[in-house]
Amino acid sequence: MSKTVKLRKGFDINLVGKAAKEMVEFAPAQTFALKPTDFVGLQRPKVLVNEGDTVKAGTPIFFDKAMEQVKFVAPVSGEIIEVKRGEKRKLLEIRILADKEVAYEDLGKIDLSKIDRETLVDRLTQGGVWPHIIQRPFGVIANPADEPKAIYVSAFDTNPLSPDMAFVLQGQEAYFQAGLDTLTKLTSGKVHLNINGDEQGSSLFLQAKNVEINRFSGPHPAGNVGVQIHHLDPINKGDLVWTVNPVGVVQIGKLVLEGQYDASKIIVLTGSELSKRGYVKTISGSAVTNYVKGNLQSGHIRVISGNVLTGEKISMEGYLGYYHNQITVIPEGDYEEFLGWLKPTTSKLSFHKAIGMLSFLNKGEFKVDTNTHGEERPFVVSGVFEKVLPMDILPTYLFKAIHAEDFDEMEQLGLYEIIEEDVALCEFVDPSKNDLQELVRSGIELLMYS
Amino acid sequence: MKALQNLFDSIKPNFEKGGKWEKFYTLYEGHRTIAFAPDLTTKAKGAQIKDATDLKRVMITVVIAMVPALLFGILNIGHQHFLASGEAATWIDKAVFGAISVLPILIVSYAVGLLTEFTFCVIRNHPISEGYLVTGMLIALVMPPYIPLWQVALATIFAVVIGKEVFGGTGMNILNVAMTARAFLYFAYPAQISGDQVWTYLADKTAVDGYSGATALAVAYNAGVEGVDAGQALAQHNASIGADFSFMNMFMGWIPGSIGETSTLMALIGAVILIGTGVASWKIIVSGFGGAYVMGLVMNLFAANEFMAMAPHLHLVMGGLAFGVVFMATDPVSASQTETGKWIYGFLIGALTIIIRVTNPAYPEGIMLAVLLMNVFAPLIDYYVVKANKTRRLQRATV
Repeated sequence: MSKTVKLRKGFDINLVGKAAKEMVEFAPAQTFALKPTDFVGLQRPKVLVNEGDTVKAGTPIFFDKAMEQVKFVAPVSGEIIEVKRGEKRKLLEIRILADKEVAYEDLGKIDLSKIDRETLVDRLTQGGVWPHIIQRPFGVIANPADEPKAIYVSAFDTNPLSPDMAFVLQGQEAYFQAGLDTLTKLTSGKVHLNINGDEQGSSLFLQAKNVEINRFSGPHPAGNVGVQIHHLDPINKGDLVWTVNPVGVVQIGKLVLEGQYDASKIIVLTGSELSKRGYVKTISGSAVTNYVKGNLQSGHIRVISGNVLTGEKISMEGYLGYYHNQITVIPEGDYEEFLGWLKPTTSKLSFHKAIGMLSFLNKGEFKVDTNTHGEERPFVVSGVFEKVLPMDILPTYLFKAIHAEDFDEMEQLGLYEIIEEDVALCEFVDPSKNDLQELVRSGIELLMYS
Repeated sequence: MKALQNLFDSIKPNFEKGGKWEKFYTLYEGHRTIAFAPDLTTKAKGAQIKDATDLKRVMITVVIAMVPALLFGILNIGHQHFLASGEAATWIDKAVFGAISVLPILIVSYAVGLLTEFTFCVIRNHPISEGYLVTGMLIALVMPPYIPLWQVALATIFAVVIGKEVFGGTGMNILNVAMTARAFLYFAYPAQISGDQVWTYLADKTAVDGYSGATALAVAYNAGVEGVDAGQALAQHNASIGADFSFMNMFMGWIPGSIGETSTLMALIGAVILIGTGVASWKIIVSGFGGAYVMGLVMNLFAANEFMAMAPHLHLVMGGLAFGVVFMATDPVSASQTETGKWIYGFLIGALTIIIRVTNPAYPEGIMLAVLLMNVFAPLIDYYVVKANKTRRLQRATV
């Protein structure tokens, strides 16, 4: 049964710097990188290439010794120019100098009607698309040995300045459907496609077959797949479900129909500090220099791969993250402000209405920088997290259980149901400025590895 | 402002590691962040932007919400003084008189409390928290105007150390810090904080004939003992000099009592600020008043004496109920933290207050003990609310 769910709790962060729904042109990037740090839960990555090797799009670059089957492959063809390591030889980046024309490794087309599940899983893990499949609980790459209860795809993104998924996937209908069909082979349960109930809905999603279409409406985080799962069929201890984002579905579809690892995608360039904003065609792992340099309105900025709630700070020479469909550029906030905690203001964005915090009167867009607007404190104010987490979970108690490293409590209070992105809004609104996403991950790691 | 920033920058090396005042870094940081919102930025991973509201702004909101009660308190102390001494005086005289007796208490409360807090921050090397901004004001507002300043200082030290710092500082305390201060004085030095003589600051004057310094609660209690109608006894009390305990007078707050507690109206103005800004839980405030009213009705059912038979709406404006429910019960740290729990917590505070008032001759004011008692029980309430949540999750799994 399809479900329609209306969510009331949450908060839409309305920022300056939205992109119009149009394509913009930039010179393509010359270098690309695969960043093992993008993959949560990766344990012992083993590199398969050396500096100087030439690779094609789809050539395995590294794998995790803890899950050897899953290969992480090159997004483009070219030459490996650097295997960058950090402290304790931690693998940070594998950089590729791209050929002018991408040459693809022939991975062979897949006939979904004939293939059995085991071979299919094999082909997907060899074909570089498997990391798109994320397991819940814990939000880590799915284990190919498992079979999930169901698979969930959230077809919309409610994060600040997020891309319009229907626009991003335009013209990819066949691949999208093939991707969904592939997913249906992976589970004996259902594949859920969750669309935005506040919109008419793109035909791309409405015409999807073999899936259950559910509608979710309300403020952010209505588009978060974790919230959606909670309202469709919440995850209990022992349950295993998978999630894939729509861009990943398309890449799976391309592997199936074309026999290639085609990591090209459309991303959105947003943020108050970019002069030229819009959608641009790129490839996973692309250097962002060409999109950012010379395209700035001011000098002191932060480039973010992803959105402002869950993204990651990268340098201007940095690379787009594997899962990110967005680059956001906002001002850095490393300045002091005289009596900044007291001044009345309508221009600073706040979920709260404490004295002088008058942003609720301002219905317009806000220009927000990276300042924390205060220092870290113990939890004092209660009842705030509850207003932005539309789940039957008591976030404050869950956070305290993680602080206390109380395994039973974490489990019983619902840590199986959330990952970082689900508490991103809690982190944003917290007047005590705690790093809650980091906290949630540390709790998940405790549950996973001990 | 650049000059001030430069000044901070110039003294900064002394407080940094290796500097001569290295131990006092937290004080340096504390003062700098009061003058300037800090230049901290978000981490590389996680939320890249943060809400513009911080704890300082939340706390100052509560302080501002208490300002009407403070100003009214100052005026009322003067008003009561001149009523009792029978002298004619202008409002300015009253305000000046009130300020002279109230401000020293406020200053001592802040000075001693902050000093204690700073000492702990330096010893423990943890950041100076904003919590005392609120506590300092609260402690002053729940003191009688006649209180010796050394007692204020002692109570403040006791409350900050035993009530808060031993538990780990702001956000970790079990009991409401200001109520702890008051309870300390109540049991350690009852002569200065209870009875009929301490609520009106007479200074060197003598009271006019027929004046009684009793509080409304004492009058109503005595009515119960003597078997006269409590409502009438209240209305007739000090009526000759225009200081009766009519509903309106008590609602406005022109009655003897602790500095900030007398006016229900000012507490309600504070409540409007707190609820409007979302800083305090409206659930606690509404259920607090509701609990008191309902318990008043229940007392009417028994009506074993005249106090019990008193109209319940009078309970809402007598004593410190309104002040306590609005400013004390809503302290988010010591209150119940679950949304369901807040209803129960507030209701029980209101109800317990009335039970203590009406049935216990030793403690005419119930709100102080009710808040402290419920502070202790709040984790228990939450325990059951949290358990219900866990049970729902567990049942889902087994279905």
